[in-house]
Amino acid sequence: MRIESRDQFEALRKQSLEIETNRKQQVLVCCGTGCLASGSKEVAEAFADEIAKRSIDATVDLFVKSTGCHGFCERGPLVVLNPQGILYTKVKAGRVEEIVEKTLVGGEVIPGLLYKDPVSGERVEQYEEVPFYRHQVRVAMRNIGRIDPTDILDAIAQGSYSGVAKVLFEMSPHEVIGEVATSGQRGRGGAGFNTARKWQSCKDAPGERCYVLCNGDEGDPGAFKDRSIMEGDPHSVLEGMIIGAYAVQANEGWIYVRDEYPLAVVNLTIAIREARKYGLLGENIMGSGFDFDIKISRGGGAFVCGESSALMRSLEGKTGEPRAKYVHSTDKGLFDLPTVLNNVETWAGIGAIIERGGAWFASMGTERSKGTKAFSLVGKVKNTGLIELPMGTTLRHIIYDIGGGILKDRPFKAVQTGGPSGGCVPEELLDLPVDYEELTEAGSMMGSGGMIVMDDRTCMVDVSRFFLAFLEEESCGKCTPCREGLKQMLHVYGRIIAGKGQAGDLELIEKLAAGMQLGSLCELGKSAPNPVLSTLRYFRSEYEAHISDHACPAGVCRELTAFEIVEDGCDGCHLCYKACPVDAITGVVKELHVIDHEACISCGACLDVCPTDTIRTFPKHELEKAEVV
Amino acid sequence: MPTLKVNGRRVTVDSDATLLDAARAAGVEVPTLCQFDGLEPWGGCRLCVVDMSQANWDDDWFKVVTACNHPVDEGMTVITDSDRIIETRRVVLDLLLARCPDTPLIQQWALEYGIEQTSYTPNPDPDDCILCGLCTRVCDHIGVSAISSINRGWGREIAPPFNQPPPDCIGCLACAEICPTDCIPFETSNVRRKIWGKEFEMLRDPKTGEAVITKEQAEHFAERSGVPMTYFETSDRSKRREMAKTFEKLQVVK
Ligand SMILES: Cc1cc2nc3c(=O)[nH]c(=O)nc-3n(C[C@H](O)[C@H](O)[C@H](O)COP(=O)(O)O)c2cc1C
Ligand code: SF4
Ligand code: SF4
Ligand code: FES
Repeated sequence: MRIESRDQFEALRKQSLEIETNRKQQVLVCCGTGCLASGSKEVAEAFADEIAKRSIDATVDLFVKSTGCHGFCERGPLVVLNPQGILYTKVKAGRVEEIVEKTLVGGEVIPGLLYKDPVSGERVEQYEEVPFYRHQVRVAMRNIGRIDPTDILDAIAQGSYSGVAKVLFEMSPHEVIGEVATSGQRGRGGAGFNTARKWQSCKDAPGERCYVLCNGDEGDPGAFKDRSIMEGDPHSVLEGMIIGAYAVQANEGWIYVRDEYPLAVVNLTIAIREARKYGLLGENIMGSGFDFDIKISRGGGAFVCGESSALMRSLEGKTGEPRAKYVHSTDKGLFDLPTVLNNVETWAGIGAIIERGGAWFASMGTERSKGTKAFSLVGKVKNTGLIELPMGTTLRHIIYDIGGGILKDRPFKAVQTGGPSGGCVPEELLDLPVDYEELTEAGSMMGSGGMIVMDDRTCMVDVSRFFLAFLEEESCGKCTPCREGLKQMLHVYGRIIAGKGQAGDLELIEKLAAGMQLGSLCELGKSAPNPVLSTLRYFRSEYEAHISDHACPAGVCRELTAFEIVEDGCDGCHLCYKACPVDAITGVVKELHVIDHEACISCGACLDVCPTDTIRTFPKHELEKAEVV
Repeated sequence: MPTLKVNGRRVTVDSDATLLDAARAAGVEVPTLCQFDGLEPWGGCRLCVVDMSQANWDDDWFKVVTACNHPVDEGMTVITDSDRIIETRRVVLDLLLARCPDTPLIQQWALEYGIEQTSYTPNPDPDDCILCGLCTRVCDHIGVSAISSINRGWGREIAPPFNQPPPDCIGCLACAEICPTDCIPFETSNVRRKIWGKEFEMLRDPKTGEAVITKEQAEHFAERSGVPMTYFETSDRSKRREMAKTFEKLQVVK
């Protein structure tokens, strides 16, 4: 079972591929966290039962795989039938019998389960034709949803570990770094540091040993790309790390996994165990004489533990707090020895770069940002989920072609990119090609690739406060500007949102932001003012309206907003009546409804449900004026 | 030995020196709050920020770094009083003044930077701790680690484990003595000492009866240094007396 040579590896791969192609019928049930939550486990079990039941009298060769996340979570559980390539969405266990009966046995498509394109209204039969997937180019996520992450032979059949075989038997460490340099790949964890350069520094640094680490701490609220990779294709991470370890000649590595990611831990653990069993990890990998092993470490449970110096302290068993990085971790990292730390997605791309060549990777993307990048597309778009696209794709293409446009076709207002310390990009920059530099110039950042789409019902002051509040919770409190600055920033936001903003508040915020950017110890505090500064840059008038006019133009901030039902629009559907949590709405079906301003708590629940869009917001202080009149 | 320029003055310092050492050698004052000679620099207060440019960087390219923990390098240029440095220190002090509005040390520093009153919302329930981490670091340094910082962010505090009298504390008072704002309360007398809610009995000099040290501290030091306990329980006065007697004897012999 242990692979002792390259020939044995190639033989195993061929054998696995044959088994794979001989499997006539494949049922892929997405078992990512999103789909699991909507019941995919029951669906998978139902398929297994149904198939087992029928295989007794029918000779249909079927099996069920647990596939990782397809990145289309809101339509889960997803089921893909191969070789037909049919995608069924929102599959419930109760319909499995029908699917087996009609589609697998009868060869008939069930239209009701097909994906319906929200733009054209048409039903799409083929998985690959769904616009959400059609526009994507998957490199780091190449095998997600295509392999059973718990079956190493399945991964090997799809090409996993071929890159390892190639570097161990054909390339010198120097050549490996050269190939990665040609690819131009930059780190996918936030800062966008050139991968090859990082490896080279570590290789050149003196030290009796060195380490490679994988950052799977993914703490950004709403981000799930790294989770999906670790859950859906843990082998790509292992493969990348083995190649990286060979390049810098490390024998030990760790994957630091966020504590809230139990399924990632399970799938990685299985993958490591299997890889060891086949001699792809551990001593004398594939009989090449190279030793490398990986351990898993559960994260410290704090956002800041994802920061490189804090992560290394945490791995050492100390408090996960950042320290000054005037000495690079490639010189003195974990246990003060040279260390390479890369993000999950960075590692996952390495195998493909080695297999297909650095030039292939570099042929995608922009001048300074090569290859493809994973994004978590969420917020007010029709299709949400995980996507991977060439760098340089425009925001417009992402939001309208892949995301299917804004929910309810409302006007687009801004897209927040880069996680909590990213920034908001406004409508006039929709044609911005997404890469590291362009986003930074726009006052935002790539970060981990989060994208939150916002519509006109979003108050930019409120949005900034939301991110500040997250960061304030997560600041470790070691350094003054971040610890005290975030607290004070929130004080100012609190009064602006309550209509108690003062003249000079915006200048105060700007001065504080500059002090935090220059003075903070780590990137958390240094980048924390981004949401503030980017919204001030593009939406300053909205802040001014809160302060000078005591009005929230988006009609969101409760203390400043009143609601009323426009007389000639209301058709008396009674929905708002049911939605109001405090019974502030009166009216009977088919008649005009009225909001009692005294009782109204300005939550906006009515506005969200109104099908005719006849509820309007206006500044609360106009109510008082009306009373005086 | 690298040579660098601090505010235009050329200095040559040891290669393991920090920018703070270099500034001092050049006779330039850089304010610090969390730095203490002999303890490993920590870089928490951020008051010691300076502008720094490496020899091989573009002439006008400077980075803001903390002087207390940044290593020196040949040909570096350091500027300690650029506008943005002064402004950053002002923000730091303004923020600390909001946390500790009644703390004289902070009031004085703030005043030095032209701040009479904080621009921010003052702490409604202030104490004098500026979270400089000196107490916990000195405690770690002597190998005890009885206290540590707890909680994240603004709620950070210095405390013994579970806010109970710390089992590891040896009552040496190093934390209280190093604290720049004297905010760690303790009591000490000829018989008893109390700190962090833990009570200690004092070892007294057998000859003079003076309280010298807590038993726990003497044991800790004796164990780490191999020097016998009796050495630690002798007061300085006793030691001087012994020495004087020895000299007297010497004179007699002569
Ligand atoms: C507060 C903070 C949190 C971070 N969290 C993560 C994280 O969860 N995952 C990650 O890969 N990088 C994170 N980073 C970035 C890491 O410090 C580091 O740059 C990255 O892991 C390097 O890998 P890369 O070059 O492959 O991107 C974080 C940085 C900061 C300042
Ligand atoms: S910037 Fe914030 S998170 Fe980073 S060290 Fe300072 S307090 Fe901690
Ligand atoms: S108690 Fe004193 S020494 Fe300790 S952190 Fe607070 S101010 Fe610094
Ligand atoms: S003295 Fe340098 S950061 Fe406090």
